Amino acid sequence: MGMELFILMLIAFMLAASLIAIETRDLLSSVIAMGAVGFALSVIDLLAGAPDLAITQVVVEVVSLILLVRVVTAREETQPVPSDALRTAVTLLAGGIFLAVAFFAFGGAGGGATVPPFGQPVLTSANPGVSADYLARTAEQTGASNVVMAIVLDYRAYDTLGEATVIFVSILGAYAILRRVGRRKEARA
Amino acid sequence: MGIAIYLLTFAILLAGLYAVVAKKNVVKIIVGAAILDYAVNLFLVLIGWRTVSTAAGAEGGAAPILAAGQSGRQLLASAVDPLPQALILTSIVIALGVTALMVALALRLHEKYGTFDLENIRRLRG
Amino acid sequence: MNQHHGMTLIVKNTTRLVSGFIAVFGVYVALTGHLSPGGGFAGGVILASAGILVVLAFGREFSQRLVTETQYHLYDSSAMAAMIILALLGYLAGGFFVNFMNATSPQSVGESVGRLNSGGTIPLFNLAILVKVAGGLAGVFLALAAFRAGGRSQGADAPSVALPGGAGEKED
Repeated sequence: MGMELFILMLIAFMLAASLIAIETRDLLSSVIAMGAVGFALSVIDLLAGAPDLAITQVVVEVVSLILLVRVVTAREETQPVPSDALRTAVTLLAGGIFLAVAFFAFGGAGGGATVPPFGQPVLTSANPGVSADYLARTAEQTGASNVVMAIVLDYRAYDTLGEATVIFVSILGAYAILRRVGRRKEARA
Repeated sequence: MGIAIYLLTFAILLAGLYAVVAKKNVVKIIVGAAILDYAVNLFLVLIGWRTVSTAAGAEGGAAPILAAGQSGRQLLASAVDPLPQALILTSIVIALGVTALMVALALRLHEKYGTFDLENIRRLRG
Repeated sequence: MNQHHGMTLIVKNTTRLVSGFIAVFGVYVALTGHLSPGGGFAGGVILASAGILVVLAFGREFSQRLVTETQYHLYDSSAMAAMIILALLGYLAGGFFVNFMNATSPQSVGESVGRLNSGGTIPLFNLAILVKVAGGLAGVFLALAAFRAGGRSQGADAPSVALPGGAGEKED
């Protein structure tokens, strides 16, 4: 119970920081508040038994913070205009409906939950699926002791190849966008 | 308690979605997309979380990593669900690559129009 | 002190001391990914952050003399090719992406769980992903730094802002 309360507080902190990140008028404060959200997420990962994710989240957060801070400080200040009132109203309405549906989907009105209750993943149910098999047999089947790595790089390596392709393509796109002068322009000059 | 945690997670997701839809500044949109990503990662981590009842009371589940001399069966009795974690691990780094792509696009826009403001950019384009 | 090429002397000396250790730590995290938390993705980002630190502290020209964007992209691409070749080698044991060196296959290296060379192809994939992620991110960061310096000096229609020349390297 104590752990759940701590996680709840950290998520509330994340929500507050993300609202600040979205609503503040200074772009640098916005980017730094986004960093606070990411670091809180890595603490939650650590508490929820996911040290792999905590390590990755911390270093990714540092690098993306450097990227965004360089963008914001390099260019001159632009005063953000207030957001459109109609769009804000529509978003709030849609958000309210979404949260209400989520409340009933998680069994908030008693019974009929379509998502397993908090603290009891599919792994612990009567029909545990593949996760239980991965946990019980990783050692003799792959020889690795980190079950997450065994799933990423052995059981579901196809998936990882696809995701490596996504990273490759996004980096390639960034190179293409950042190429200094187009070939045509260079030939003319 | 569990429902409150899930609903707060969805509130973070909605905050990110709101920033992507309603904000007019390119940097704010990048920040909103990042927050959207954090919320989804958080939800998947929490779905795999597990409470284990011990003699001292309910505790959080252990990390899915074999300790020395531990068998898979023993791990099964105490560890959290490893599958959602494996799915998120790659997605975190993909988010970084996509952020780099969006930053590159924002810099190009700023070079061409001299502003991060989408409203101004639309006006300048005519 | 030349402000145009990187930060102050304190930052430069600290970077000289620290960046090597950061790079070694990144490789360590990736190499022991199958035994302890970490893995190729986290290790790759740590290794890339060592390169980013050098770009920030010493400036773009200095780090381009060490490794250029093209070379970074070459590392990225060859690691991607290495991943696919490793996946194809799985046909030795019967299929694409089959772990052909683990405990149950005939090519088993025969090591017990918890040793560095356990896990068959998992450490090799981790190394490939380490090089891939590190090369990609460090190269993109270098390209971003180069873009800022280049985009400012040329382009007559861009609004000229009173920042010291070669502003790409200043960070404050």
